[in-house]
Amino acid sequence: MAVQESAIGQTLERVKIKERKQASLWADALYRLLRNRAAVMGGLIAMGLILVAIFAPWIAPRDYATQILTDNNRMPSWLLNLFPSSKGYVQISEGYLLGADYVGRDLFSRIIYGTRVSLSVAFMGPLIALLVGTVYGTISGFFSGRVDNLMMRFVDIMYAFPTLLLIILLMAVFRSTTQATVPGTLRYTLTSIDARVGGMFFIYIGIGITAWMGMARLARGQILSLREKEFIEAARTIGAGNVRIMVRHILPNILGPLIVAETLAIPTYISYEAFLSFIGLGVNPPTPSWGSMIADGAMSLRSYPNQAIFPALALALTMFAFNFLGDGLRDAFDPRLRGTGK
Amino acid sequence: METEPTLPKEIIANLENKYRLNDPLWKQYVDYLTDILVPRFSTAEEVPSLLTDALIRFDVGAVHVKWMNFGPSYASRARTVNDIFKAQLPISAQLGVLALCIALTIGIPMGILAALKQNTRWDYLGMSVAIFGVSVPVIVLGPLLIWIFAVTLRWLPATGWGTWQQAIMPSVALGLGSSALIARLTRASLLQVIREDYIRTARAKGLQERLVVIRHALKNSMIPVVTVLGPLFAALTTGTFIAETIFGIPGMGKFFVTSIGNRDYPVIMGTTLLYAIFLVIANLIVDITYAWLDPRIRYT
Repeated sequence: MAVQESAIGQTLERVKIKERKQASLWADALYRLLRNRAAVMGGLIAMGLILVAIFAPWIAPRDYATQILTDNNRMPSWLLNLFPSSKGYVQISEGYLLGADYVGRDLFSRIIYGTRVSLSVAFMGPLIALLVGTVYGTISGFFSGRVDNLMMRFVDIMYAFPTLLLIILLMAVFRSTTQATVPGTLRYTLTSIDARVGGMFFIYIGIGITAWMGMARLARGQILSLREKEFIEAARTIGAGNVRIMVRHILPNILGPLIVAETLAIPTYISYEAFLSFIGLGVNPPTPSWGSMIADGAMSLRSYPNQAIFPALALALTMFAFNFLGDGLRDAFDPRLRGTGK
Repeated sequence: METEPTLPKEIIANLENKYRLNDPLWKQYVDYLTDILVPRFSTAEEVPSLLTDALIRFDVGAVHVKWMNFGPSYASRARTVNDIFKAQLPISAQLGVLALCIALTIGIPMGILAALKQNTRWDYLGMSVAIFGVSVPVIVLGPLLIWIFAVTLRWLPATGWGTWQQAIMPSVALGLGSSALIARLTRASLLQVIREDYIRTARAKGLQERLVVIRHALKNSMIPVVTVLGPLFAALTTGTFIAETIFGIPGMGKFFVTSIGNRDYPVIMGTTLLYAIFLVIANLIVDITYAWLDPRIRYT
């Protein structure tokens, strides 16, 4: 009886050690992250932005699409202190917090709703990249040999395109509507889905097609360094299959760096969307995107700087928040990398 | 789009004939490639034509040599893609090179300073500025710069291209983000190199600190920086779309963007091809620079 008890005690002891070790990687990272003031602030701003995006209809005082043409190009008087060069000839109207744009839409409400577009890209980009890239990289790295060679050459070829150029060309192909008017075709279906979500669908696809490659390379590199380790051998010895080893043993071990890399990539995705909307290949009007608002506002920058400056500041704030958060996450997961900019 | 009136059949046939669109697709493709790659020689008198124009034209004695014909532009009846390249490419190239110069002249000293004074005020300041630079894309920086320096302070012209004053804001807007990237890379790489044994040797033999940093540390720490210069060059040239639109510069980027809206396929294809050629050349130069920076690197 006593022997049995001590055996149970030993087992418990072992379980405890195992638990503590497992928790320590993530708990350690969390601890380091919380001590990084810039990262915490970035995280708080990001959370605030998410709340703004969710509760946009409650926060925004007006509808984002309603045009009041008699109120076009308005500025409230408090803004005149900020933009002294506009004094004298701008039309004053106190009904709008940040003014109204060239067709009389409330700028503040449009910026609030614009959070939805930017943040949805900030989550869809990494999601697609992680889903596609991780699976692709895991398969490639795990099977190695000819499969690996073939799969990675394909990634290399795709990687050779300048990303922005590739996205622009993809969007140009997606957005050309000549063949999309016939119901029943795939193109028509995709175009109607895209139209229903305000033009976001093709942006997701465009960013997704270009984003997974970096992730695939990273995942493959991580796996190559893991697959020869003893614990994989051990798992194989006790009869675990390929899928089980990949999902249960390899994936949890490579997830940290992958998440860090994707968090660091979020600002890039946000800027891609803003850029596409800026050149008119992004969201469909009247969906408010900060990129298209800056493009509209840039035309009247001299007289109504508020129309371009405020969306620009919103965009910069979002990029700041995610950059600080990503930097902090990287430092937290791997303190040796501090400040390397990778 | 559905309300667009349809053209009479004869006009469509004529247009297709003129632009060789009724050839089979493979023939169009082969024709397009040979027009670009194969030089044409002729002694006959020049007949101006949109289809036989070329980017590079010169005479050897009585022989006219024409090379790199990117075809006519569909959107503009009077111009070919070659004309667009000839007029607009130098502007974009100037802008790209200026931006690259700014990125290097700000980025490298900032990175060195941050690395040499690691964990001091300078380091934190430099790296905060670097995060700022990474976080503020051209579409944010462009309007902000115009608003501050052109509208409020009235120091610089807001738009246009041609004078040095007009070049300042676009190149700063383009170069600042890249300078942040370069600063971070320089810092990280220099921090690694400066702990190497040969740096200790250089210091031990009594070399001035300035020479240690410049001759021994900096040259060896430039490899990662040079590595990103290739993609960075591509990013700067493609990034010019935004800068050119915001600052009203008549460069290639603007034509590329408008050509997509117009579905002007020869311009889209030609521009993409040209950017790809630039990227390949930039990467080649990067590879050659490696060997100069580190003679141990050999390509066999």
